Amino acid sequence: MSSLSPPGKKLWWKEPIHRSELIWISLVFVWGLVMTFMMPYWHVVGKQNLGTETYKSTAEQFQASTEAFVEQYTVRTEGPRNFPVVAPPAGGDVYLISRLWDWWPILQLKKGETYRFHLSSLDWQHGFSLQPANINIQVVPGYEHVFNLTPTETGEYSVICNEYCGIGHHLMIGKIYVVD
Amino acid sequence: MANTTFRTCPDTGLKFNGATESLLKANAVAAVVFLLIGGFYGLLVGLTRWQAVHLLGAQDFYMVLTAHGLNVLIFWIIFFEIAILYFASSVLLGCRLATPKWAWAGFALMVIGAVMNNVVVMQGQSSVMMTSYAPMEAHPLFYLSLILFAVGALIGCFVFFGTLVVAKSEKTYEGSVPLVTFGAITAAIIAVFTIVSGAIILLPTFLWSVGLVGEIDALAYRLIWWAFGHSSQQINVAAHVSVWYAIAAILFGARPLSEKVSRTAFFMYILFLQIASAHHLLVDPGVSSNFKMFNTSYAMYLAVMASMVHGLTVPGSIEAAQRARGHRAGLFTWLRKAPWGNPVFSGMFISLVGFGFLGGITGVVMGAEQINLLVHNTLYVPGHFHATVVVGTTLTFMALTYWLVPVLFRREIILKGLAKWQPYLFGLGMSGVSLFLMGAGTLGVPRRHWDIGFAATGGVTHEFPAAAYTMLALNGMSVIVAVIGGAAFCVIIVGSLLFGKKLGDQKMDEQWIATPVTDEEYAADGGSAYAIPGTIVLAMIFFISFALYYFINWKYLAETWGIS
Amino acid sequence: MQDPIEESEQIPMMQKLLDNPFLLLFIGVATPALLYLVWGLAEIFTIPVR
Ligand code: HEM
Ligand SMILES: [Cu+2]
Ligand SMILES: [Cu+2]
Repeated sequence: MSSLSPPGKKLWWKEPIHRSELIWISLVFVWGLVMTFMMPYWHVVGKQNLGTETYKSTAEQFQASTEAFVEQYTVRTEGPRNFPVVAPPAGGDVYLISRLWDWWPILQLKKGETYRFHLSSLDWQHGFSLQPANINIQVVPGYEHVFNLTPTETGEYSVICNEYCGIGHHLMIGKIYVVD
Repeated sequence: MANTTFRTCPDTGLKFNGATESLLKANAVAAVVFLLIGGFYGLLVGLTRWQAVHLLGAQDFYMVLTAHGLNVLIFWIIFFEIAILYFASSVLLGCRLATPKWAWAGFALMVIGAVMNNVVVMQGQSSVMMTSYAPMEAHPLFYLSLILFAVGALIGCFVFFGTLVVAKSEKTYEGSVPLVTFGAITAAIIAVFTIVSGAIILLPTFLWSVGLVGEIDALAYRLIWWAFGHSSQQINVAAHVSVWYAIAAILFGARPLSEKVSRTAFFMYILFLQIASAHHLLVDPGVSSNFKMFNTSYAMYLAVMASMVHGLTVPGSIEAAQRARGHRAGLFTWLRKAPWGNPVFSGMFISLVGFGFLGGITGVVMGAEQINLLVHNTLYVPGHFHATVVVGTTLTFMALTYWLVPVLFRREIILKGLAKWQPYLFGLGMSGVSLFLMGAGTLGVPRRHWDIGFAATGGVTHEFPAAAYTMLALNGMSVIVAVIGGAAFCVIIVGSLLFGKKLGDQKMDEQWIATPVTDEEYAADGGSAYAIPGTIVLAMIFFISFALYYFINWKYLAETWGIS
Repeated sequence: MQDPIEESEQIPMMQKLLDNPFLLLFIGVATPALLYLVWGLAEIFTIPVR
């Protein structure tokens, strides 16, 4: 009788469990409870919990909101394609468009301030990958994702696309500056 | 009718139904063919991501990466799994296969789907990756080919369930089915959920691609697609765990330490493994944290617990069998005396360790809702799943193949010297791939990305740390080792089928299946065999690594920007 | 020989369940369908419109 044949004991459910197995099962069960506890616990004490506030929206709507935002707070333009650099007031709303194949506009944020980020795609799915802070968020067309973001260090950050989005995927890079 | 003829294998005593046997052969051969194709694409992908080599152009890279994922993850694995289902039902229960005609129809659909998919992808209009996230659009035949393949696989599952009914009504076994068959039932159940989910999402997407449906909601697509994409990985887990138990029985005559524990663990898989599809949505908009936390935790980690139980009982049952057979000294004599030169064993054991340490730990850690922020869509993800689905599933299936070829095809394995080394080459190469991809991922390197040097962006770049480039180079070298190992496997197996010494009805010199350890052997020495101290030590090492790595990642998380 | 009916009554509930592949199939499809698909789709379809 091995694992390749029917159990030797007809009523195998009533066979006792060996001690070694029981110890291990108890240990991993408790470990599972610890891991189950960690996630809600982090929602209470941790500072990194991605918000899930979301609205159904359209590309036109989101583009219009972003354009209004850019209109209001642009401080300069830069880069090969003269992208606006937008410096919203501390604590304010921030809009970031992802589309084939750029992130628009460039943002300039203040260290230690919390911004209300609005993120959406105008076409396909993209991946918001903030480097080197290493924050990665899925960007889905048709949905406006709203969450709070608080930069903790000054410097130049890149927004890389890490969801494959067609042949220009590896060209899709944006910038966020964090200043004092 | 061929359907009722049986052959008894002189080496294993297993009874093979004629129809089953032909289907086993066909599915296994198809599997290896697609592994060969997909593995070659893997080489091209790995050498392209090695930035200093950068083998393919962007367009070819994305096309080949799409083909790589589909050939290995879907075609190789599922063909092999269908073979496992037929083996675990018809062969282990010693009965005829239900409706062989349907089984062949399913096989034909799968072949048509797989070939068609390869042709469509190679025409370049469907470089959408296996996930084919709507609203990015592939050629309609891309979706159609996957649907055909899936329907074929679903037929295979129902032939399996039908065969269980046949065995029961024809009373070819007594009591409960063998544990290995129970594991296969688990795999087949998960497969049904998987394929139905796939149908729910791929059918409308196909209709959309030909213009009959207006729009596909991108978020709903992701949710349902992952019920398909993720659950299919859980078929693999259930299947390869069953094969681990099978190999423990084949080589050592081992029985499970406790039928109750092992079967309950499989039952936890049936209940909860599939809901972890949610760990693909952890950084998505629109689904609540409650949904994410509950589902990504497999309902309080009960399915993780099940895997950790199998991780103990498989080596534990080997240890108990070895001890019962006299290797009682010390902690690890049983392991040292294991047949390390036999690829069936070495492949299985490397797979067990690699799946647990590299694949299991990292999967659970990055499946924590918040930690996922750090690694989502980076190379960490392919790093993780090359440990699960390649070191785990693929290497296990390779190991089993070494045993199956002489049994099924009555041919001896050729190149035995190479075969001895093959699992080490492939296992180590792949562990390297896994580790270095994960290393690059922790440094933020995106997956599915042709150029992290951003050479063509007109001056807007990001400087990844030099270590990231080193990781990609080390990955490239590991890729070469792994591909040599993979190619060796294909050469040995195909070569054995064509040129291996014919065995006919003759028994081989080697003993091909161990005599099951008896009650008396287990009971000798006061039943001490069941104490399995060696396995407990290994399990504790595993547990400590797991816990350390888990908390280290929370610490990393605490260091990044605030987000809420 | 024991009476087969009597024997089958001794089999514990859980063993009976684990010996019944079709019941398991039902449970194994229904559980994730409810916990994951239905719950998830319900959330997605109730996302407010901007
Ligand atoms: C034979 C050797 C193999 C090599 C050298 C290899 C290498 C790679 C590499 C370098 C990537 C690219 C990661 C990226 O750029 O995103 C990749 C992706 C992938 N590999 Fe492999 N791999 C091999 C075998 C396998 C096997 C056997 C499987 C499955 C059973 C597998 C499944 C996948 C999948 C699913 C992807 C992701 C495709 C996607 O992102 O859509 N690989 N592989
Ligand atoms: Cu993109
Ligand atoms: Cu992209």
